[in-house]
Amino acid sequence: MKRHDLIIVGAGPSGLSAAIEAAKRGLDVVVFDENEKPGGQLFKQIHKFFGSKEHRAKVRGFVIGRQLLDEAAQAGVKVVLNATVIGLYQDKEVVVKIGEEIIHYKADAVVIATGAAENMVTFPGWTLPGVIGAGAAQTMMNLHGVLPGKKVLMLGSGNVGLVVSFQLLQCGCDVVALVDAAPRVGGYGVHAAKVARCGVPFYLSHTIVKAEGEESVTGVTIAEVDEKFNFIPGTEKHFDVDTICLAVGLSPMSQLLKMAGAKMEDNPRRGGQVPVCDEYGRTSLPGVFVAGDVSGIEEASSAMIEGRMAGIVASEYLGYIEKEAMDGELGSLEEALNGLRQGMFAPENRGKAIEKTEEGIDVSANLLKRGYVADDEIERFPGVTHKKGIHPVIECTQNIPCNPCQDACPKKCISIGSNITSLPIVAPESECIGCGMCVASCSGQAIFLVDEDLGDGTASVTLPYEFLPLPAEGTKGIALGRNGQKVCEAEVMSVKSAKAFDKTHLLTMRVPKEYAMSARFFRACE
Amino acid sequence: MVERIAEHPILGVQEKGRVVRFIFDGKELEGYEGEPIAAALKAADVTVHRYTQKEHKPRGIFCAIGRCTDCVMIVDGVPNVRTCITPLTEGMVVQTQYGVSEKPFNEQ
Repeated sequence: MKRHDLIIVGAGPSGLSAAIEAAKRGLDVVVFDENEKPGGQLFKQIHKFFGSKEHRAKVRGFVIGRQLLDEAAQAGVKVVLNATVIGLYQDKEVVVKIGEEIIHYKADAVVIATGAAENMVTFPGWTLPGVIGAGAAQTMMNLHGVLPGKKVLMLGSGNVGLVVSFQLLQCGCDVVALVDAAPRVGGYGVHAAKVARCGVPFYLSHTIVKAEGEESVTGVTIAEVDEKFNFIPGTEKHFDVDTICLAVGLSPMSQLLKMAGAKMEDNPRRGGQVPVCDEYGRTSLPGVFVAGDVSGIEEASSAMIEGRMAGIVASEYLGYIEKEAMDGELGSLEEALNGLRQGMFAPENRGKAIEKTEEGIDVSANLLKRGYVADDEIERFPGVTHKKGIHPVIECTQNIPCNPCQDACPKKCISIGSNITSLPIVAPESECIGCGMCVASCSGQAIFLVDEDLGDGTASVTLPYEFLPLPAEGTKGIALGRNGQKVCEAEVMSVKSAKAFDKTHLLTMRVPKEYAMSARFFRACE
Repeated sequence: MVERIAEHPILGVQEKGRVVRFIFDGKELEGYEGEPIAAALKAADVTVHRYTQKEHKPRGIFCAIGRCTDCVMIVDGVPNVRTCITPLTEGMVVQTQYGVSEKPFNEQ
């Protein structure tokens, strides 16, 4: 039987992070992963991450994945791929299937970082080819460069449903509707808003009645549901689609822990069957630790911090570091993790209807119902101000842990303050030079530069643009409002691209000045 | 016809292996070496990978990460191969699967 100090199951963000910390402290570490490539789901995530600098905010997920692999290689972490861990037994015996071979390993400590699996919902026709998981859509588009479909309906308005809908649009797919049985959008409002302004209609309190088609999906019918999730007759709506994407949550893949006899609990706040563990990932089994989604569904940024914590506590457990050294390092990681668990979407707020922001401002009812802030709601948020000349308009209306915008501005026009979830404000005496760094830095694509009066009856609106082809200067088209509907004619004044913008192009359009505060997206005339 | 993404606004032009030929139900198709068989089939607009044993219902890609087994097919004579995680190689013979064996329904 082969022996290692530490065996880690799963080479995703948390498993690799745990491996890095342990390897750096001298442990003999091996990571097993059933996939062909390491990195878990990070390489499918192409949006800029939220958080602050220490969480690598405004860096795209796949770039963070590359950085993590480099760091693991430098630390000397050994990753074995195409290796499925099929058993975790007494005394940390780990059984791994590699090819057609079953190999027994023995570890002195184990970190389970197996992540999560997508949930499913059933409806007539759900087994038809063309009904796919949102993760499958991401895998096909972002790893294999193949469109999952042409006309897509997305079920689920959590962050996965919203982010994948946007990714589908970026690949040129037509997203015909975003549907959720819940009465409110589940994910970040800024993610919803960037999908809505592209013209995708949101149907909250709706779900799928049936998928249509014989050999594969040709259409879908949705209907409204009442508060008990029963269909309301007469509210059916039909869409011609070739693909139905399901983004209905994730469940921890905690089977190995259960098998090993770890104390488990059914905890809906953490996403289902999870091991009972302390804040650093110690389970009820001495020397068996957990990190990432397997111990509670969150996201990659927190998974990486949890992984580092597990790697450090495992190092201490095996005597590679002293308790004092461990406590010191855990303290700063805990602070970073707590930073991410603040605001309206913090774990303790899951499922709650929040009516006011931390600042006491009424949240946008439209944003939760239709995916966009209505024109008569937007003015009440502190990032939305008016002044002569070019200035930022920050349409960030929910308290989320994210602050790259305040560091992005060289003129210090934008301030969030020390509380990372505060809504950004425009500093009163500041002078915007129109550089656009804030527009490109906002992971939620919620910042616009507006010059409300160019002096000739027109205004300019600069917006983040992550689509191809880039329209040329002078291109005529229409400006869309936050709701994705046409508000006026528009003409492209410039499209700026820069390395510092990291693929977020700055599209500036000219619109009649009365539409300066409502025109938020550009579509070229066909 | 489902398209491949020529240039992605964030990912750019994705690196691919060399073009290889493979056989799907007797037809010659092209794909990129090393990509999952399912990706090559999707790009060729093939959506049905198999028919179920009891009710003969079609199945295709569902999870695309080797978890659900909906996309299994007969590959080089071996049934129940997960096409979403099995790399494509030159000359591979891929067949629609009927039930859980390598034989068509009328021979089972």
